[in-house]
Amino acid sequence: MLAPTLLLLLTAAGGAAADLYAADAPSPPPPPPPPPLLGGATSAARAERYAAPGVRLPRSAEQREADASHHGGGYKVVQWEWSYVQTPYIIATWLLLASFAKILFHFSQRFTTVVPESCMLILLGLVLGGVVLITSKKQPYQLDPGLFFLFLLPTIVGDAGYFMPARLFFDNLGPILMYAVVGTLWNAFCTGFCLFGMKAAGVIDEKVEAGLMEFLLFGALISAVDPVAVLAVFEEVHVNETLFIIVFGESLLNDAVTVVLYKVYISFVEVGPGNVQTADYFKGIASFLVVSIGGTLVGLVFAGILAFVTRFTKKVRIIEPLFVFLLVYLAYLTAELFSLSAILSMTFCGIGCNKYVEANISQKSRTTVKYTMKTLASIAETIIFIFLGISAVDKSKWAWDTGLVSCTLIFIFVFRAMGVVMQTWVLNRFRLIPLDRIDQVVMSYGGLRGAVAFALVVLLDGEHVKAKDYFVATTIVVVFFTVMFQGLTIKPLVKWLKVPRSTNRKPTINEEIHERAFDHILAAVEDIAGLNGYHHWRDKWEQFDKNYLSKLLMRKSVYRKSELWEAYQKINIRDAISVIDQGGNVLTSARLSLPSMASRTSFPEVTNVTNYLRENGSGVCLDLQVIDTVPGAKMEVESETHHFLAGNLYKPRRRYHSHYSRHFMTTGDQERQEREVFQRNMRSRLENFKSTRYKRYKKDRSQKKRRGSDVKEQEANDKPRRNVSWQDKDPIVVPLESEEEKGEHTEPEKEEDVGITFVARKAPETPKERPKSVPAALEVCQSPSVFPPSPTSAEKNLPWKGGLGTLPVCVSMEATKIIPIDLQQAWNQSISSLESLSSPPVPAEPQHPRVSALSRLGGPARIHSATVPVTGLGSAGSTDTSQGSGQFQFPAGGGGGGGEEEERPLSLQQQEMQPLMSLVRPPPPPPPPPPQGAARRRNPCVYLRSLVAAPPPGSEPHSRRPTQL
Amino acid sequence: MGLPLVESALQWNSGILNANRDPKNDDVEFQITRLYSRFHSLDKGENGALSREDFQRIPELAINPLGDRIINAFFPEGEDQVNFRGFMRTLAHFRPVEDNEKSKGHDASEPLNSRNNKLLFAFRLYDLDRDDKISRDELLQVLRMMVGVNISDEQLGSIADRTIQEADTNGDMSISFSEFIKVLEKVDVEQKMSIRFLH
Repeated sequence: MLAPTLLLLLTAAGGAAADLYAADAPSPPPPPPPPPLLGGATSAARAERYAAPGVRLPRSAEQREADASHHGGGYKVVQWEWSYVQTPYIIATWLLLASFAKILFHFSQRFTTVVPESCMLILLGLVLGGVVLITSKKQPYQLDPGLFFLFLLPTIVGDAGYFMPARLFFDNLGPILMYAVVGTLWNAFCTGFCLFGMKAAGVIDEKVEAGLMEFLLFGALISAVDPVAVLAVFEEVHVNETLFIIVFGESLLNDAVTVVLYKVYISFVEVGPGNVQTADYFKGIASFLVVSIGGTLVGLVFAGILAFVTRFTKKVRIIEPLFVFLLVYLAYLTAELFSLSAILSMTFCGIGCNKYVEANISQKSRTTVKYTMKTLASIAETIIFIFLGISAVDKSKWAWDTGLVSCTLIFIFVFRAMGVVMQTWVLNRFRLIPLDRIDQVVMSYGGLRGAVAFALVVLLDGEHVKAKDYFVATTIVVVFFTVMFQGLTIKPLVKWLKVPRSTNRKPTINEEIHERAFDHILAAVEDIAGLNGYHHWRDKWEQFDKNYLSKLLMRKSVYRKSELWEAYQKINIRDAISVIDQGGNVLTSARLSLPSMASRTSFPEVTNVTNYLRENGSGVCLDLQVIDTVPGAKMEVESETHHFLAGNLYKPRRRYHSHYSRHFMTTGDQERQEREVFQRNMRSRLENFKSTRYKRYKKDRSQKKRRGSDVKEQEANDKPRRNVSWQDKDPIVVPLESEEEKGEHTEPEKEEDVGITFVARKAPETPKERPKSVPAALEVCQSPSVFPPSPTSAEKNLPWKGGLGTLPVCVSMEATKIIPIDLQQAWNQSISSLESLSSPPVPAEPQHPRVSALSRLGGPARIHSATVPVTGLGSAGSTDTSQGSGQFQFPAGGGGGGGEEEERPLSLQQQEMQPLMSLVRPPPPPPPPPPQGAARRRNPCVYLRSLVAAPPPGSEPHSRRPTQL
Repeated sequence: MGLPLVESALQWNSGILNANRDPKNDDVEFQITRLYSRFHSLDKGENGALSREDFQRIPELAINPLGDRIINAFFPEGEDQVNFRGFMRTLAHFRPVEDNEKSKGHDASEPLNSRNNKLLFAFRLYDLDRDDKISRDELLQVLRMMVGVNISDEQLGSIADRTIQEADTNGDMSISFSEFIKVLEKVDVEQKMSIRFLH
């Protein structure tokens, strides 16, 4: 199926493509950096187009002229414009082919677990190469070193560097450096000398015209462990992380050694071995230092620039990923520009910037960066292996010498093993946890050679290195042998040796906390024991990072956030997702209560609903209104059916876009189905929660009233804050509203999700104490009369005047019965963090009754409440379909479908504008005052989040008894 | 100098009393000598025992968030002096676990650097009132030390709640030592709570 396509292409493309590749062929000193383009593949396309502009562009211009002149005579309806689109077309087809190949391989699960993908890709390349050879008699395609070094390799290295687990990497930096430098030198020299010895001994044929220098050169390029191959194979093997990071780190960092050795030997070969002076050797050593340290520095400088730039992208989130790609790529190119070690540069740029960049850019940008990098790296890897296969099928390359090939194979394997054993012996004297024999076996066996060696050997100048063809052939054999044979057998080997595998376990919050504590303990103990060990320096570095670097490179709002808090949030979200993934179905039928409920149940009920409503300006309550609102149960049956259907029909994506903006992603076409399901489930739970919670708000309102003057005071203090936030929001809310309205009319199923929630719940409920509110809720969210949003209508529709008093009790009791407490708690935590995530700025789900009520006070906020509820109503139903956010969207925060991207930055601003309120806030009673008295000074943003997720400080065990009354 | 060294060698090696036949005997001796000189350089009062002030004089400890807690860990309850023996006893928690120790970890006298003892050391840092439970307040205190001032009490509280919920199996809203062990059972404590004393 693939081959015919290719054939067609090739015969059509023919020699032109070959010319193109030739035109693009680079020379060792790399060409000046081309215009930095995103993504290897596209840039490759572009570069090649530029490479041969003379062919195409004039032609197309000519054609257009011809078109113009022919216009009178006869207009051709369809024209064959092959030459115009040829190059990008071919490249795109190659990419497509490679992707298809991947799909095919992954059809069979059993097959892919045995055979690594890289092997299959090489085999496919061999087949394709054979086909091409037969059809066109000469091999137009090969792995072009320029393409490889400028586009394919950076995508892989960039991905590897950026997502390198930094802590693990630096924990093992010693061994990595040792293997990378000493190990590679050892391999290179031993292989080179021994091959020369074999030549002298006559094992290698006389036809191989190579002296000592040539063999050393060959040894240098063949001895370096290849990052591409290592990644491809080890990712499937899943050895434990220490082992992986050592082998992989070595493969990245040995680049400097390889580059220097390669260049030094080339110059020696060109000058002739006789003319090499002693000074040249020292120059070689100096060059190594410059290349490696220089490369690292370039990388770190770019990392700093990148991190610094992303500090200021708040308003232009959309280009954040671009910055990441560009600067990481520029780090690579700049290092190449000065002939420093580009891989080192890129790796360290990635490692260095990751922490700050990830903190600075938005969640969506993070996802974009991640997926784009992974996609590019994956496709680059695929192309590399396919082209390796194709390149092998080329008669002109085959200069076979059995002696050379077998000697090389034996030597690289033997010396690798010897080197590993010797170095490990030395290293183990300094290691806390020694690398045992099994680790050493895997490390020796995992020394895979790959495309870097091949590209380097192809780059050799045939005039100076007479034996180039032999070397190329040998390299191909070595690469194939290591990738295919060792790659194929390493998995069984690892299994057989019982190498500890890596677990894909994510740390729990306990582990996060305690491991941090361990770090501090170790640093302190080292200090006490007077050792300036690793922990000592790491601690120093962290201090420095915290005090200077993070301050410089992170946004203020981000810098203030604690890592621990971030970790906590992450864990919560993960849990929420997994709860829904695993137990979603079970839980949906059960009623969930959130931790906030517990605290509220104890408050008596408020009688004056209107008053409450008036004061509760925030967006949360909008949503509540929606649910609990009005009677008019006529449409109940109808809407029920409707909701049921629409809720069950799967809507993979939103169908209409209310507006288009290049700068903000208003709608999320990329939303994935899992997300949608997730959101739907979340929403249903939230609705459950809200309907009960509303009561509680009322209750705690009354409670507050009773508490009297001090509360009033706080309220007064709180008002300005509400004002601010509302005013800030105002301009945003308006467009959203209109959008919502629009959506409302065109898209009834938007609301469906809400509807289904109620339907599901209704059956158990109706017989109980809540017969009225449920239909009412259905009614409201269904009825368009709630729109157009006006404060009065929203208020009017509020239904909770009916006997809602008993409701909370019933709900919470039910919840306890149905859901095991632990699950409930996990859920509670998760859901609150999710809310805070989706709507960080607005205290969407304040758990502390007092605080939450306070936050809703304020006159102008009332209007807001009136409008937002409506949007909330719409969005409650529509978020999953209309919102591209891919996160759970709490109505209050999102403010309505499609608005999130715009609103987010602004609300962040808001937060920063209201630091006052955090000071005014009622002091949380019990937690012991921290040693640093500065705890009072809170980041408003953090504070707001805390409103969302934090339990009331006063009642510590409250979450234990969510249903307590 | 002779007596404390021998004593502390036993302390240091508690568990491997056959230190004489141990090929790493030299290392052990070297470690002890080294730590002994460190002990003396810390001991400004020159009375053979360290006070809290001696520890607090170490500049790095002043910026270590858990510094004071760790200093406290050196002092037995109710005392404010620690002799070399006690000093070594505490540091011995952080010796890496060696293979030959692992195998006989179930001896009656568990070596100080066993997994459990390492964990116990960490646990005691949290457990201020020594009731063998980390209460929410105790956890909050440590968290506050570790996170600094940029995080609100509410957030910290929710982290603490979550932490306790996660670890708490018997529903007493605190973390007992067995729960602490359980919750960290997947962590490579032997590695993460060990220091190489050779340099």
